[in-house]
Amino acid sequence: MKAAVLVFPGINRERDMARTLKLTSGHEPAMVWHTETALPAGTDLVVIPGGFSYGDYLRCGAIAARSPIMDAVRAHAAKGGLVLGVCNGFQILCEAGLLPGVLMRNENLRFICREVYLRVERSDTPFTRGYNAGQVIKVPVAHGEGNYIADGETIARLEGEGRVIFRYSSPDGMIDPNWNHNGAINAIAGIVSERGNVLGMMPHPENHVEAKIGPTDGRGLFAGLAEALKRAA
Amino acid sequence: MKARVTVTLKSGILDPQGKAIEGALRSLGIEGVASVRQGKVFDIELDGGDPAKAEALLKQAADKLLANTVIENYKVDMLK
Repeated sequence: MKAAVLVFPGINRERDMARTLKLTSGHEPAMVWHTETALPAGTDLVVIPGGFSYGDYLRCGAIAARSPIMDAVRAHAAKGGLVLGVCNGFQILCEAGLLPGVLMRNENLRFICREVYLRVERSDTPFTRGYNAGQVIKVPVAHGEGNYIADGETIARLEGEGRVIFRYSSPDGMIDPNWNHNGAINAIAGIVSERGNVLGMMPHPENHVEAKIGPTDGRGLFAGLAEALKRAA
Repeated sequence: MKARVTVTLKSGILDPQGKAIEGALRSLGIEGVASVRQGKVFDIELDGGDPAKAEALLKQAADKLLANTVIENYKVDMLK
């Protein structure tokens, strides 16, 4: 795995992400500043971490999505390269047009910082091959704008094409408004692009990878990615 | 030359902030408010004096950055 973690002003989860990538793949990722115009040669995974790029000014992720490095990310994705956006990274991918829809203010207007349950909808993607379809994992969320929405036609397409990868669920995998913390339509927590190579998700799998800290349910995502990239190489 | 770009949420898009403001107005005893939708206003000063050119430039600015046209509409007004 040759990962590149993008760094924007105001991002604050990049070191958690880098630590997790190193821990799960054995390879140190490159940290890439937003003013760069190219990714390091041989990059096979671009990760956009969480935080508050540009202080969430204008709209969450809006300004970061227009920074110079994003053209290189677009080109990487267009070639089928893998891109993972977590939290603010998901917002940036939507603002950049790499994923459809938008993340609105949470329905209850509060910043939500807690562990949530996610139902993994598919295991046949490079991001989820470390899980079983229907498996429920526990990972943290920390966001004020995670309420996913898109127009009806887009939602129908996402659902029809099986592009919803994670949904907020109860501990036993039931989709229920009481467990849909931010009010996202169809309890959507993560989606992939049409080609399946770009994943955006609000929860933070990178924070649940070490037994010393707590649950390790996030590990499957990164271990799976490392495995998928090893096979592709 | 001055211009104003007004960005508003498209109809049908849920606006939790507008809803909260609506509730606050009601609790202040301000009667007769049927609904509130929150938007943004950008007051922009421009170099040059060609209004048609300025308007085209502002439309570009709104499409590229000021508005997310997935959920928002915008309106450009030249002020003077």
